Amino acid sequence: MATPTLDKPAGAEAGADHLVTVTFRIRRFNPEVSDQASWQDFELAIDPKERVLDGLHKIKWEIDGTLTFRRSCAHGVCGSDAMRINGRNRLACKTLIKDIAVLKDGRGTKPITVEPIQGMTVLKDLVVDMEPFFQAYRDVLPFLITEGNEPSRERLQSPADRARFDDTTKCILCAACTSSCPIYWSDGQYFGPAAIVNAHRFIFDSRDEAAERRLEILNDRDGVWRCRTTFNCTDACPRGIEVTKAIQEVKRALVTRRV
Amino acid sequence: MQIHKYDTVIVGAGGAGMRAAIEATKRSRTAVLTKLYPTRSHTGAAQGGMAAALANVEEDNWEWHTFDTIKGGDYLVDQDAAEILAKEAIDSVLDLEKMGLPFNRTPEGRIDQRRFGGHSRNHGEAPVRRSCYAADRTGHMILQTLYQNCVKQGVEFFNEFYVLDLLLNEVDGQRRTAGVVALELATGELHVFRAKAVVFASGGNGKFYKVTSNAHTLTGDGQAAAWRRGLPLEDMEFFQFHPTGIWRMGILLTEGARGEGGILRNKDGERFMEKYAPVMKDLASRDVVSRSIYTEIREGRGCGPEGDHVYLDLTHLPPEQLDAKLPDITEFARTYLGIEPYTDPIPIQPTAHYAMGGIPTNVQGEVLANNTDVVPGLYAAGEVACVSVHGANRLGTNSLLDINVFGRRAGIAAAEYASRAEFVELPEAPEKFVADEVARMRESTGSERVTEIRKDLQETMDRNAMVFRTEQTLKEALEDITALRRRYRNVSIQDKGRRFNTDLLEALELGNLLELAEVLVVSALARKESRGGHYREDYPHRDDVNFMRHTMAYREVDSEGNESIRLDYKPVVQTRYQPMERKY
Repeated sequence: MATPTLDKPAGAEAGADHLVTVTFRIRRFNPEVSDQASWQDFELAIDPKERVLDGLHKIKWEIDGTLTFRRSCAHGVCGSDAMRINGRNRLACKTLIKDIAVLKDGRGTKPITVEPIQGMTVLKDLVVDMEPFFQAYRDVLPFLITEGNEPSRERLQSPADRARFDDTTKCILCAACTSSCPIYWSDGQYFGPAAIVNAHRFIFDSRDEAAERRLEILNDRDGVWRCRTTFNCTDACPRGIEVTKAIQEVKRALVTRRV
Repeated sequence: MQIHKYDTVIVGAGGAGMRAAIEATKRSRTAVLTKLYPTRSHTGAAQGGMAAALANVEEDNWEWHTFDTIKGGDYLVDQDAAEILAKEAIDSVLDLEKMGLPFNRTPEGRIDQRRFGGHSRNHGEAPVRRSCYAADRTGHMILQTLYQNCVKQGVEFFNEFYVLDLLLNEVDGQRRTAGVVALELATGELHVFRAKAVVFASGGNGKFYKVTSNAHTLTGDGQAAAWRRGLPLEDMEFFQFHPTGIWRMGILLTEGARGEGGILRNKDGERFMEKYAPVMKDLASRDVVSRSIYTEIREGRGCGPEGDHVYLDLTHLPPEQLDAKLPDITEFARTYLGIEPYTDPIPIQPTAHYAMGGIPTNVQGEVLANNTDVVPGLYAAGEVACVSVHGANRLGTNSLLDINVFGRRAGIAAAEYASRAEFVELPEAPEKFVADEVARMRESTGSERVTEIRKDLQETMDRNAMVFRTEQTLKEALEDITALRRRYRNVSIQDKGRRFNTDLLEALELGNLLELAEVLVVSALARKESRGGHYREDYPHRDDVNFMRHTMAYREVDSEGNESIRLDYKPVVQTRYQPMERKY
């Protein structure tokens, strides 16, 4: 006897009654075909409990193999599939159809729009050039810096000191925050929220001894002072990091020079 | 086509690849080629922890850890390797802490530890707190910390370079490593990387199953590249099914949930693991728990209208504990199931999780060409490799450990080899195999679609080669795979372009999965016993007389180009532990 298996898709109930019809309106761009981006609609039947990523896969696998996007883990931890969905930055694998589509009589009343995240060069369809984003990350010295001899065992850190920077350790570098920031859109020189989050993660780590250096970097004209606290980044973060608060804490540390 | 030249090339940038890169970069000119941006690697999805007998919270020692690893692997573990794993675990965890990893802490400020399946005090007396962790995000923290340290050291990455071929060339009658061939996804261009040493650290191959915790990108690329070049694959029949995947989706819910006190229950609310593992209960090894779950389901005690799952019950744990120790998995339940774990049990089922088998290596990470000889210049570490520290069933928290211990070892060994070796000449037309494959895919007008073949493959693997297997189900799987491989020759893609052609990428990945699925099934058919993750209902007992040995599968091609799989066997390294009956 074989292992009991399930022949139905994830989250599906028996029969097809539970499927709804929705339109994905996707921003397409392929420089090998045209230098103009355009919108393309795809209508599909989908279980509302499925993810936007499932919808994109359905399109790619069953309708149009040229549709191009990044994805890997499909449950919100790898950070590959940040996209602008219905005008807001989200991970396609953490966004369920039922949570973004307004359904009436088994149909979506409006198309679900899917676009690449903004402020970065689009390479093809939903794929953007991530290099400037990672360069800003590298520029804030995103690694533990210590002086003196290493202890033979672990460095001690109290649970309270560990909790101090817990929120910013959750970052998966998906760029949802940075690419939701109007300052970043208008000026690509700005470090952007994600780089500041990763600086925060070390500035407030009791083991680290280079807070001053990172603060100097962020004191730059393209540093934290560009932030206008619009909270787009906090709204966009799929990990629930209080991004704007972290940026404010870095600003405060710069003013008081105390971490 | 571009040609690059590096001393050491590392393929893959998950935990093993980056741990290797940190060592190799210090010692040799190193390049890391990775299909994904490093921080997208699936190490980041690991949750529960990394085992090390630090004894920070209770008595523990590496010898107990060695024993648990060997017993957990149902005695198919190479005991010398397990001893290295358990001994070096301690420094591995301390190294990560010094690199900045934010472990959870005890009130005294030490690295905190918690219980995990199969890890015990004094050879099975009771569960022990051995898993060092950072909430339920330990893999995320390891991946981030290793990436941070790669940035610190200026490790050279080639992001979104998909390695499709391994280049070997014969020197003085021996095949040696010459480099690899990669497809640059952004441009579609082929790159040949000449290297004195190559380290495969490209991860697992779980995507041939449908219900799996594996990422879409885990398609056995390294294993398949080695396989096509005639190198053996070891113990591929041993695949781990993690007991607690989210029902129907397969998303992992860490064993740490049971380590924190979570309980598995059937439809009657019964804590059924008490029947199957009276001492370790819900914290028995994963193969035991997964079989127990399916036994409950088959005997009609599964939950839900179709009785096809059981529950992971966390409702008796204080919400503060769930928030502090299991924040991510409780959020997964809320996001994907609409369930509040404070008050409702979570529907789960076993999910295809981890390949115990892979490219055979010795404890230095050197790849074996057969039972005795290594391939000079070729290394492997992590899930792609088989050392074998996991034997027939890996213990939870031993894979995050494996990637650190053996990633480090392979990185050092590869770079040291590269610093004393010469470059091997490239074979003639080194890019030819990849160029032909890519051209064939792009130009094919065949009627078969990748998505349908992949779906059929996943369905037959789930039905026939999962937790329970018999001669009949495995033969069925083999017939299906043979037919699917035939259909695959006629596959075509829609995207004919060069840039970011993920349609092409998925087609190539599927080719790898098909080849590896066949190796798994052929190896499983021949293993007429039950051991660890390989359970044969027609041979329900372990057979140490005939099968206390590693499977070594080889791809053979006859003069007419027909492929076949030849099986050979390799002795298990036994040092101090005699095989015993395995009870939890």
